[in-house]
Order: sequence, then C-alpha cells, then structure tokens
Amino acid sequence: MFSCMLTGVGGQGTVLMSRLIGSAAIAKGYAVRGTETIGMAQRGGSVVSHVRLGDEIHSPLIPLFGADLLIAFEPAEAVRALPFLKPGGTVLVIDRAVRPASSALSGDYNALVMIEYLKQTVENLIVIDGEELICKCKTAKVMNVALLGVAVKHHLLPFTMEDAERVLKERLPGKFLEINLHALHVGADE
Amino acid sequence: MGLETRLLMGNEAIALGAVRAGVRVVTGYPGTPSTEILETVAKQRDERIYVEWSTNEKSALEVAAGAAYAGARVMVTMKQVGLNVASDPLMSLNYVGVKGGMVIVVADDPGPISSQTEQDTRHFGVFAKLMVFDPSTPEEAYLMIAEAFAYSEKYSRPVLFRPTTRVCHSYASVTLLPELPAKEPEGFSKDNGRFVIFPRLTFQNHKIIEGQLVKLRDDFSSYERNQLSGGGKKGIATGGVSYAYVRESLAEIEEPYKLLKISTVPFPEKLALEFLDELDEVLVIEELDPVIERELILLCGKKHISLTIKGKTSGHVQNAGENTVQSVREALYDFFKKELPALPVPEPPALPVRPPVLCAGCPHRGAFFAVKEAAKGKKAVYSGDIGCYTLGNALPLDMVDTCLCMGAGITVAQGINRVEPDTLNFAFIGDSTFFHTGLPGVVNAVYNEANIIICILDNYTTAMTGNQPHPGMGVTAAGAAVRKISIYDVVKAIGVSEIVRVNPFDLPGSIEAVKGVLSKKGVRVLLFEGPCIAVAKGSVPHEINEEKCTGCKVCVRKIGCPAMYMENGKCVIDPVLCTGCGVCVSLCRFHAIERGRG
Repeated sequence: MFSCMLTGVGGQGTVLMSRLIGSAAIAKGYAVRGTETIGMAQRGGSVVSHVRLGDEIHSPLIPLFGADLLIAFEPAEAVRALPFLKPGGTVLVIDRAVRPASSALSGDYNALVMIEYLKQTVENLIVIDGEELICKCKTAKVMNVALLGVAVKHHLLPFTMEDAERVLKERLPGKFLEINLHALHVGADE
Repeated sequence: MGLETRLLMGNEAIALGAVRAGVRVVTGYPGTPSTEILETVAKQRDERIYVEWSTNEKSALEVAAGAAYAGARVMVTMKQVGLNVASDPLMSLNYVGVKGGMVIVVADDPGPISSQTEQDTRHFGVFAKLMVFDPSTPEEAYLMIAEAFAYSEKYSRPVLFRPTTRVCHSYASVTLLPELPAKEPEGFSKDNGRFVIFPRLTFQNHKIIEGQLVKLRDDFSSYERNQLSGGGKKGIATGGVSYAYVRESLAEIEEPYKLLKISTVPFPEKLALEFLDELDEVLVIEELDPVIERELILLCGKKHISLTIKGKTSGHVQNAGENTVQSVREALYDFFKKELPALPVPEPPALPVRPPVLCAGCPHRGAFFAVKEAAKGKKAVYSGDIGCYTLGNALPLDMVDTCLCMGAGITVAQGINRVEPDTLNFAFIGDSTFFHTGLPGVVNAVYNEANIIICILDNYTTAMTGNQPHPGMGVTAAGAAVRKISIYDVVKAIGVSEIVRVNPFDLPGSIEAVKGVLSKKGVRVLLFEGPCIAVAKGSVPHEINEEKCTGCKVCVRKIGCPAMYMENGKCVIDPVLCTGCGVCVSLCRFHAIERGRG
C-alpha cells in the first residue's frame, strides 16, 4: 500500500502528474485509486491530488498521516499538506514561490520561511531549485513532468524511468511529447 | 481474450459504462463536477451515438426525452443546480414515462467545492418520485449505469444517477467489459396520446407510479449494489463515497458491526429491516441530506422497532460540508467509544490564503477594471453571474455585489433598479451563460423598459468548466463546424439600440466606451470581446524596467493580476504566468512596464 499526495497552485499541472503516476502504476499491475481538484479552485487556488496504490484501499482521499510521499510544486503548499505526511515519509518540494494576488500587496509571504520550516520538520526532504529546473526545461509548463523525473530517479515511486517514458508516450502523443521527454530527463539529472 | 484494465476518472467510467450499455443520444450542459462525462462520450467518436452540448439543462433534458420517446437509450448530464433548470420537464416526464431507457446523470457537489448549493439530488428523486442510483466508486459507476438503463426500461420511467464530486473526479482501475447487446430504437409511435400530458393521464399514471415505488422498495432489496454484511449489536448505514471512507476507517476498529450500504432511492426496505434486526444502535454516515437516516427513522416508527439512530439529525455527524476519511473516523471512533490515536501536529508558519482569482491574461480583468474606473464616484451596483467572472469579486477588483444563479445577474439588476432608480445597475454575464439563461432576462429588460447596463463578457468559450463549445463558437460537442450565433446580432434583434463592442485588453478605450453609455437611459449593452487564455496563444511576457519603476504599487494594487508582485521595493512580473495581455501597461505613469524581448 502506497499513498502519494501532490500539491500546488491551480495551473501548475498536478492533475496531469497524478494521472501519469496512476497510469504507470497500473501498467505495473497495481490497483490505483485517487482524486484531484477540478473546478473553481483551479484558478489560482490550492490544489491537491491523491494517488493511492494497492488492493486494500477503499478511499480515494488519503487520510491524515497517510501519505508516504508528498510532492509539492510550491513551498507553502508543501507546508499546508504536511499533516497528511506519514511519520518518516518523504517530501519533494520545489522552492519557487507562487504568490497569491492577495499577498502580492502586503508582501507577507516568504518562501524561505516555508523551506526552513520543512527542513526542521521533515526528515526526508528533497528541495529542488525551481528557477534552474524551469531554465533547463525551457518552459515552466513541463515542470510537472520534470518533477516526475526527480521522483523516479530518487526511487520514490514504484516504477522506472523506462516505465515513465512509456506512459508519457501513451498519454502525451504528438507535438508535446518531445519537450516532455526532455523535461523527464532534466528532472532525472537533478 | 483478456479484459483491459484502465485508469479511469469516475466521469470517464460513467461515460464508457453508458456506451457499453448502448446509449444512442447524449445531451447535457457543462457543470463541475459533471462535465467530463459528455466530453468522454464525444471523444469516442462513435458514429452510433449522437452527442450535443445543449444551450441549457432544460433543453438537454427535453431533447433526450424526445429521443427516449422514439425508443433510444439516452443519457443527460448536468450538475446539481442544473437539475433545478431542468426540473420543469423532469417533473412532468415521469408522469409520461419513456420508451427507451433514460438516465439523467446529476452530479452533486458536497462542500460545496464548485457550486452555489449543497442540495441533495436523492431528495429530488424522492420529490419527483424517481429512482436514484448512487455509486460509491468509479468502478461501481461503470457497472451501475448499465443497470440504471435496465431499471429505466423495466419500469418505463426516467431514472436519476447521482455521483458526487469524489466519485466524478476520483479515479480507479476499471476493468472494461464487452458491450451489452443493444436493441435498435423502434422509432416514435403516437400510441393513442401516450406522450401528451393531460390531467386525466397524470392521475392514471400517478397511481401506477405510486404502485411502482412500493414495489421498488422490495425490488431494490435484492439489487446487488444495496449490500448488508457483518453482525453484532452496532450497525453502520452509509452510501456513496462515504461507504469508502467508512470501510477505510473500519479496518482499524476491532469490534463487531453490521454494515448496510444503500445505493438507491426508493429505499430497500426489506434489506434495511434485516439490518435493523437485533441492533441496539445505528450510526448513519452520508453526505448532504440525511436521506438514509430519515428512511431508517421512518422504518423504525412504522415497525415499532426501538433503537438509537445517530447521524445528522441527532447531531452526531456534520450536517454541512463534505465528509473526509478523518471526519468519518472521528464519528466511528465516537460511536464505538474508542479513543482516536493522537499524532503530533507540527505548528506551521502562517500560510498564504489562496482564494481563486481571474487568471493572468484573463480578458475579464480589463472589463471589470474599465467599468470600475468609469463608474468611480457614482452610485453603482454590480450584479454578477455564474462563470469565471464570478471571480471578479476578489480584491482589489471587488466588482461583484450580487450572484445568485445562472442568468440572474441581468434580472436582479433590473429589480434593484426598480427600487433605486438613481443607481447605475451593471449586470455582468459570460457568453455561454448568456445563451444558457441570460437571453430571457435581456428580453424582459427590453420589454419592460429597464434601465440597466449589461456587460457581456465574451471570451469565446465556456471557460470555468474547462472550455466547452457553445452556440456562439461555431463548433459543436462532436467537433462539427456550424454557423456561429452572433451575440451582437441577437441583442440587436431583441431591440437593444445601444450596443458597443469593446476590446477589454485596451484599457483606455474600454474606460471611454463605458463612460460613453453611462449618461444614456434604457437597456445598454457593452459587448467585451477577448479570448480566454486557454483558447488563445499568449504573447511575450511583459517586463519591468527597474530603472523606471518607483515601487508605487499602483499596478499591483489596482488590477490584482496574479503575475505581478512586489519584491525589494519594485514590481516584478512573473514570466511564467504573464501572457503579455498588456492590461497593466497603461496603469504605470512611469512607463516602467515594457513589452518583453522574449
């Protein structure tokens, strides 16, 4: 039984990433269950995807303290979702902040505070340099796939790079495949 | 041959389940969390199936009713508030009945996550005297939809199929089964006025329906999706996705219990009596209304059964908002008088709140800001509507004073103006909502000589639900090119004499256009035309010239674009989010916002 929570801000691509993980896992013979945020919150709100693997899982939602892995596309969203992390679980976080329009005025949001908090609280923490990742990927639109590459390379997911490539080819055929495959390998090289 | 197992979203499972069951006509109107059902059917490109996005849920249900009269299996899809729009034909249709199986999929939204109400469609089923099928997982939904068609034909009645958000938007491994044998539609036969509703027919059929409802309480007791298991003195009754939460939590509780899963309206009475037998206490866990709970209470009264029923009506379970594994765990631990194991919760730093906002590059931002600027200092009320532009309520725009239901902005504005004629009453409505239920409001305004300014925000798509086509776009759900229905021409034909086309990305021009209609009287229409960022390719992001930026914050403070923020005393534009729409450029007195070099 394995549960992975993906969290970020609407528009960052958590939904696609959770479906990629689910598809790759199904190809490996896992029973998969999960759920994601679709609708109004996608417009710049906090979004969460739940992915759960294994036969004994009933609920698509991960219980509190139930996630083996937390993949966060944004530092504050990692902190927000932390109550779902299992004691001893792993957090993979991008350090690049997305400022809500509301805090753009007051300037009260500091991503460094969030990263510092994560460092103090999470034993298994991997922090990814977001600016560098976007730069290497050439576009922020494939940050989700790059992050998938990071997770696979660190053996945080129950499948290999070949499996991830295969699922990309299945789900993202056409003109976007190449840039996504590139992003997957950029992530794996992190 | 091995069967294929695929990762399917609940809505995809419902769609493929309907295709498997031989559905021939599918209609609907987009609405979270139901939208992907119809989209998935359309994507099959199955020539045997006619698919349409209808202009609204009432039209969708009526088109489908006609097709079901002609003997086809039909499916209609909508969200829960859509059923309110479709309730007029629905209420009557049950009295008339159908020939081909008719499944009306109505997705409920506990929370609510993306809706105006927390209404429970199971109650609508009780009210309309209809069967309701309530799946708890995507894989169950896949099978259940075929069963719903069969029940519809067995009783010649339309049926409701009610998933909730966490079934629609959850996904699971679903094993795809071969198509079921489908019979071809017989075609319409006049059948001695069977399809003409008259008081006499209504009375006759009402008696038949009441008889069927009694029979269904038995029939559904042996329906395999209503399930009873376990033993002991304590019982848990549940249904829908809550069943999954209950099972997840019960795995931890080492006590005997009976578990009743309810998946239908009418209530399976025989099965429930078996469940109640020898119980001391029952806990009912369901979302939205206490439908199962009230049925159990009624049954206990009817059969003189003495036991305690805990749930929403007794205050033991939350009566608003969605259930979670945690909320269900807490209720179960309390029911079994056990201590919930405490785990350390780390005290986090203050987190930024993220209310949903208009996207960077959204054309609505310019439209709202132009109206705000033009009406500055005047007494004005802004009536909003349902769609992305409801997000015009967020600070700093703060341009939505009323929002009620689809199409209501235009009519509510008229009502306010009848009481306070000295107010400038603006109504904002999107393109898809205009065709949905905005039109009658415009006719009403012209006919009754209202004094309002209608701002139609045409972004060339149904944006909030994920960019579905609508009558103004020149394309159908099936992807066919058709003639566009021009909003401008429609408004003109209704008799509005003052119609101005506005480009919302041209802020100074937009402000002038709004000012131009302020002093006029009667019904005025400002037609803001600019594409949604999801349908238009953005251009090169803008950049801040740091030497020119004085850090005055005017740009950040006025339009609330998520791509702009302050850092080290200067404005910064996030190149990932900025689409280069340019709405911010004219706001800077110091000309510090420049077109990027790309």
